[in-house]
Amino acid sequence: MVKEKILALLAEATDTDAAEITAETAFADLGIDSLDLTEMAMQLEEEFGIELEMSPELNTVGKLTETVEKLIAEA
Amino acid sequence: MSFRIIGTGMYVPPKAVTNDDLAQIVETSDEWISKRVGVKERRISENEFTSEMGLKAAQKALEDSNVKVEELDAIFAATVSGETSSPSMSCMIQHGLGATCMAMDINAACSAFLFLMETAAAFFALHKNFKKILVVGTERMSGILDFTDRSTCVIFGDGAGAAVLERGENYLDSVITVKGGDDVIKIPHGIGNSPYFNREQDKPYVHMQGQETFKYAVTSISQDITTLLENNHLNIDDIAWIVPHQANKRIIDFAAKRLGIPNSKFFCNIEKYGNTSSASVPIALHELAKSGNLNRGDKIILCAFGGGLSNVACLIEW
Repeated sequence: MVKEKILALLAEATDTDAAEITAETAFADLGIDSLDLTEMAMQLEEEFGIELEMSPELNTVGKLTETVEKLIAEA
Repeated sequence: MSFRIIGTGMYVPPKAVTNDDLAQIVETSDEWISKRVGVKERRISENEFTSEMGLKAAQKALEDSNVKVEELDAIFAATVSGETSSPSMSCMIQHGLGATCMAMDINAACSAFLFLMETAAAFFALHKNFKKILVVGTERMSGILDFTDRSTCVIFGDGAGAAVLERGENYLDSVITVKGGDDVIKIPHGIGNSPYFNREQDKPYVHMQGQETFKYAVTSISQDITTLLENNHLNIDDIAWIVPHQANKRIIDFAAKRLGIPNSKFFCNIEKYGNTSSASVPIALHELAKSGNLNRGDKIILCAFGGGLSNVACLIEW
């Protein structure tokens, strides 16, 4: 559910084919800058009712997915 | 509530510094700054202090409103980049104008101009004999920037904006939020050479956590506009313009998207001046007023957010 939402947001923000995105894909390689990432984080917060602290470590699709899933489980 | 705006004024120093100019002194590019911040150029003072720019904006606002200095009952000013901590900026401007009315400053960083208006509303309510108040936001942000830090030095610019307020009924509503903390935005200042103080102080430049500032700004704009509309039983079609603090074009665009409000409803001039902190709202308001696209009777929302943290929005009938 989280992964699908992140892929949908990435599809909206970039021209990348979702099939080419893996957990290891770095946002920087998709042309996603830190403010794009913040916009995505805010949309995820709204969607899942969580509060996501921005960090330079949230730099790949996998790390973001994992963090959001953990926050949802804790909520 | 208790005033209407009868005149506005602005002043920016003549030197325009483009993104390409900045790319000569720090590792950046026009493309990077344009995409991330929305600024194309900013004005930078070469020889004018903050109070001198504020004085020029104040004089223009007085001229625009056809008000004489001796008619003023108070001067309220705001700055985070004044050349003195004392006298206050309002006292410096009062002296420059040759005024004798009361004068005082409010410190609320980029939100401060709206705090001045809120304070003016309170003074009009308290002092029944007050008829006219001058409010001024003035900044020489270039004086408090680290020009080796590409994440901040490209954002800001210098300038001043002012408005003359006259007792009236056009300040319709406002909403203010303050959430104290220095972890997102901080402008330290350390002067003096006490031989007794032994803690390390931060460098006296603008420090900002970009992503957290972005989140805070977008959230506060969205909440404040929604609150004002709901509290006053208005919808967005009732509002002619939203004049936001010109911090970053991306903040304005994303807030507009979240609110479902067309970008064209937001007045923007950040591409010409950058973020001028407390001067940004009055400069934008002045340019909007002189553009011919703002009519008497129009309802507008002004909104700002900044260090403190603090955010304010107000509903005004022009």
